[in-house]
Amino acid sequence: MLRATLLLALGLAALGATARADEFTKTDVERYQKEFEQVAAKGRELWTSGALGTNGVACAQCHPNAANTHPETYPKFQKQLGKVTQLFEMVNWCIRNPLQGANLAPDDPRMTALVSYITFERRGVKLAPGQH
Amino acid sequence: MSEFVTRRSVLAGAGAGAALTTLPISMVTLAFGGEREDFTFTYISDAHIQQIKGASFVRNWDQGLKRAVAEANLVKPESDFVIFGGDLAQLGKREELDHGAEMLSKLKGRLHAVMGEHDYYFDLGDYWSKLYGPHYYSFDHKGVHFIVLNSILTSEQWTFHRWPTAEQRMLEMAGLDNPNGSPFMVGDKQRKWLANDLAKVDKKTPLVVFSHSPLQKIYKGWNFWTDDAEEVQALLQPFDSVNVIYGHVHQIQYNQIGNISFNSVMATAWPWPYPQSYAQAESHLPVLTIPMNRADPFFERDATGWQLIDIGSGRVTARYQLWDNDQRTVAFDHKAGHPVDVAYQEPTRRRLPQTHY
Repeated sequence: MLRATLLLALGLAALGATARADEFTKTDVERYQKEFEQVAAKGRELWTSGALGTNGVACAQCHPNAANTHPETYPKFQKQLGKVTQLFEMVNWCIRNPLQGANLAPDDPRMTALVSYITFERRGVKLAPGQH
Repeated sequence: MSEFVTRRSVLAGAGAGAALTTLPISMVTLAFGGEREDFTFTYISDAHIQQIKGASFVRNWDQGLKRAVAEANLVKPESDFVIFGGDLAQLGKREELDHGAEMLSKLKGRLHAVMGEHDYYFDLGDYWSKLYGPHYYSFDHKGVHFIVLNSILTSEQWTFHRWPTAEQRMLEMAGLDNPNGSPFMVGDKQRKWLANDLAKVDKKTPLVVFSHSPLQKIYKGWNFWTDDAEEVQALLQPFDSVNVIYGHVHQIQYNQIGNISFNSVMATAWPWPYPQSYAQAESHLPVLTIPMNRADPFFERDATGWQLIDIGSGRVTARYQLWDNDQRTVAFDHKAGHPVDVAYQEPTRRRLPQTHY
């Protein structure tokens, strides 16, 4: 259903009817927000599920409400990795170690969901890139 | 090797790599002033033994408990008894409780156990009771009255009528931040028992109360909370010297409310963030508490540990044995009338990692 609507919208745009590149409606904004929230909700599900690794340990066991993950401070230098690191690399570190699992690709939909959830729980906090 | 400037010392396991900590002697002796017989007990808590399947368990949590037990057994002179502060299991399974109990059985000295929600909500503490006895009880030791409460009960409705299976009930309560959870409470029945138990005790007798959840209200969202905390406190307030020691929070907290001193203990399994680091909710970490260092995830055992509790003059000195970090000591300061960290009271002496955000 969603896909059909999308195709229809694209079709109309191609016909050059009334839409312009920089135009979006309230309905569009609501849909974009909803798309994000669905992915963040999927992230919450993964966060609490224990399904990301091999030992049943869930991210939420150590990070309730994704607290103490500091998404606003990334990218930042991690002395143990010896380089400036992105948030997904720390997520993968936790998947490999406490969860005894395997890395997710940076653009794996599950990684996108996890990062969406982490960031959503930290909404409203000022960006502080590099802060340790 | 760790070393304390006290009559007790702990030999950490070989290669433990703990830093040498020197405590200001004057502050330590303060806690030992008075005429009562001083003694020490060991406190281990929140092991969260987690079954993967069959005979395999999460290695990380196993290691924490094993290490605490091994180190506690090296204490010279031996401490008087051991308290396990609750959450031996992760999902209340018989296999988890058995595996944890097997590790705890290596402890020298008498063990007293406290019920945690992770031990309880699968079979309502039935199997735990077979291992460790009644859910709440009291005992006396060297002039101090000890009380063990089961503070992780909740409403009848939530416990008996909300969930289709015992497994689901356990899973719902096991998620710390799960909005489907329910606030902990001691409950009417147990408060009545407590009132009766206390009626037999002289008001000058020091009390030490063990509960799993804080008998004070810090952050409801993560159950750093007991719903009837004020009612329980009211029963304890008439006594001259009351000490509450609780687990559950996996971090150092301390507070003073009237005559009651509060000390939390560490988990052996994993640390928790301080609730103020959750940006979407208000929390009330006691202002007295100077937070422990932020956990470094690259050190598996950082911000976990166990503790030696000294009782001197009826008051608690909690010596935190923090693996991969400097030890901390929180002692009752008789002049100030509340617990203080012996090293970090002055803002200028605090460390950068004690800032949580």
